[in-house]
Amino acid sequence: MQSTALFLPRSSLDALIQALRACGYERVLGPVARDGAITLQALDSASDLPVGVRDRQEPGQYRLGHGEGERCFAWANGPQALKPLTFAPRETLWRCERDAEGGLVFRDAGERNVPTAVIGVRACDLAALKIQERHFLKAPYPDPRYAARRESLFLVAVHCSHPASTCFCASTGDGPRAETGFDLALSELDDGFVVTSGTERGAAVVERLELDRASPAQTAEADAEIEAAARQQVRALPSRNLRDALYARLEHPHWDQVGRRCLSCGNCTAVCPTCFCHAEQDEPALDGSRTDHLRQWDSCFTAVHSYMGHFLVREETRLRYRQWLTHKLASWHDQYDRSGCVGCGRCIAWCPVGIDITAEVEALLEPTDA
Amino acid sequence: MHDPDRPVEVEVVDRVEETPTIYTLHLRFTDPAVAGSYRSRPGQFNMLYLYGVGEVPISIVSDPDFDGPVEHTIRSVGRVTRGMERLRVGDRLGLRGPYGRGWPLEAAEDRDVVIVTGGLGCAPVVSMIRYVLERRERFGRLTILQGVKHTDDLIWRRQYEAWQRLPNTQVLLAADVGGPNWPYSVGKVTVLFDRAGIDPERSIVMLCGPEIMMKASIDRLLALNVPPEALWLSIERNMQCGVGHCGHCQVGPHFVCQDGPVFHYPVLRPWLGVTGF
Repeated sequence: MQSTALFLPRSSLDALIQALRACGYERVLGPVARDGAITLQALDSASDLPVGVRDRQEPGQYRLGHGEGERCFAWANGPQALKPLTFAPRETLWRCERDAEGGLVFRDAGERNVPTAVIGVRACDLAALKIQERHFLKAPYPDPRYAARRESLFLVAVHCSHPASTCFCASTGDGPRAETGFDLALSELDDGFVVTSGTERGAAVVERLELDRASPAQTAEADAEIEAAARQQVRALPSRNLRDALYARLEHPHWDQVGRRCLSCGNCTAVCPTCFCHAEQDEPALDGSRTDHLRQWDSCFTAVHSYMGHFLVREETRLRYRQWLTHKLASWHDQYDRSGCVGCGRCIAWCPVGIDITAEVEALLEPTDA
Repeated sequence: MHDPDRPVEVEVVDRVEETPTIYTLHLRFTDPAVAGSYRSRPGQFNMLYLYGVGEVPISIVSDPDFDGPVEHTIRSVGRVTRGMERLRVGDRLGLRGPYGRGWPLEAAEDRDVVIVTGGLGCAPVVSMIRYVLERRERFGRLTILQGVKHTDDLIWRRQYEAWQRLPNTQVLLAADVGGPNWPYSVGKVTVLFDRAGIDPERSIVMLCGPEIMMKASIDRLLALNVPPEALWLSIERNMQCGVGHCGHCQVGPHFVCQDGPVFHYPVLRPWLGVTGF
């Protein structure tokens, strides 16, 4: 659904937060500058938003600073994606109780989802959410926990106007404009926001705000900022489909080269909004009467990820990096009909040694003497 | 929405010690409604859960049309399987499944079925052998080629000897290292192919065992003019969820828990033997 563009004055941001609460979203999350990064936190009011905050991101580097003006969304994504809100970093899958005769009773963990609205979602993270929905929900065994969390989420996108040097969503086709997957979408201008709704429930929220239509000048300015944000991106992947190119280069010498730099720390998989690997483990109570069965994010960069009892499938870092990159950019096409990369650039900024996925791909595509 | 991660309770109704480290558990669903709706295919697996320890994928050896307990032959190799070794009749476990794709039963009908297996008896093919023997008239000649490292590694030795005596059934065994009580061949499983008299046009081949053994066997079979389309193999990877979510079992684009563990050879060919996948 494509709605009429309305205008939300900056002074009415609190009214938006109130309207979300009034529509049943007990928790309203938004960007807050905390511990030196833009993070998603519960908002009491619009004054919690990062007014005037700017970011600088480079391979292996992320710093916040202050700029001019009243804008609250003049930055590119921090380390957190939407992912922890739908695919929990650690959660109880089920609980098992053992009775005196040794009988086992398996129960639901019974966690309740708080209806949550998120303000400030970026296009890349909406694209990533769609990918994870495909993995967890549109599969032979849909995951009920993911489904319940996704169902309770209301998403307020903010189109990107300030890409970081690490961003490359324009080349993956996932941004900087949020095209679908949001309930409401905002474009930030100096004095307020151009608002469109993407769903009926989004429209129901804005209806409470009694907003005027945005002027043609306001929508034109908003569009121009998004287009400029696309042009400003300095990184890119050379193609949206690198499947065949990478499958043909599984023995390329560059895997060795990047394998020597990679620390195998798993930061990239933790900040990646599409990585879905997780491990399962039991956590028994001390008295032995009960045990919780948990799942927790895992990374293909750990040794145990490919543990097979008597050997590891991927003993060397080179093989783990190749697994990650070829999964993300090649086999993902076989599994989910698109690449697993949305161009958010987090893996570049949060890599302790600054490994840059766009540069590694470029090196892999170069012809070799071999 | 059904929760694919939550097991149901099963009870150990029999336990057979196959070797000092291999045991077979016979499991009964304690909820009759679950028992009534459970149906597996040879080559599929269940996730078995040991209380307070964790889950492991274990292939199913019992016949799909058999109403009795579900049978699992397990080797003690890790934390969970070592713990399960101590289970006795009456003990309870959790079970989820069946999962994955099994052997191509329909494609195998009216063909000669050639089973190639290595290592310690390879439970995934035992289910297929039993399936054929229970429905003998629907299949051609059954050939079982088994390779082991040491002569004492062969579990189900008596069973192999019994199978050998059945009509239209050929059992050929090879051990890397022979011994005084080993009347069979010495060498890798591949030494058996020339003696097996495989008819390349009539045969369907099912392999299970170490990947290096399967790769070498496939090379031999292709050299004997068995078409690639007649080859099927069962492989193993780390599996934690069994339902295509956790990501551990991927081989290239394939999730072994969903797309396998039994694969058509042409599908797996690009990835077989590539280190790291």
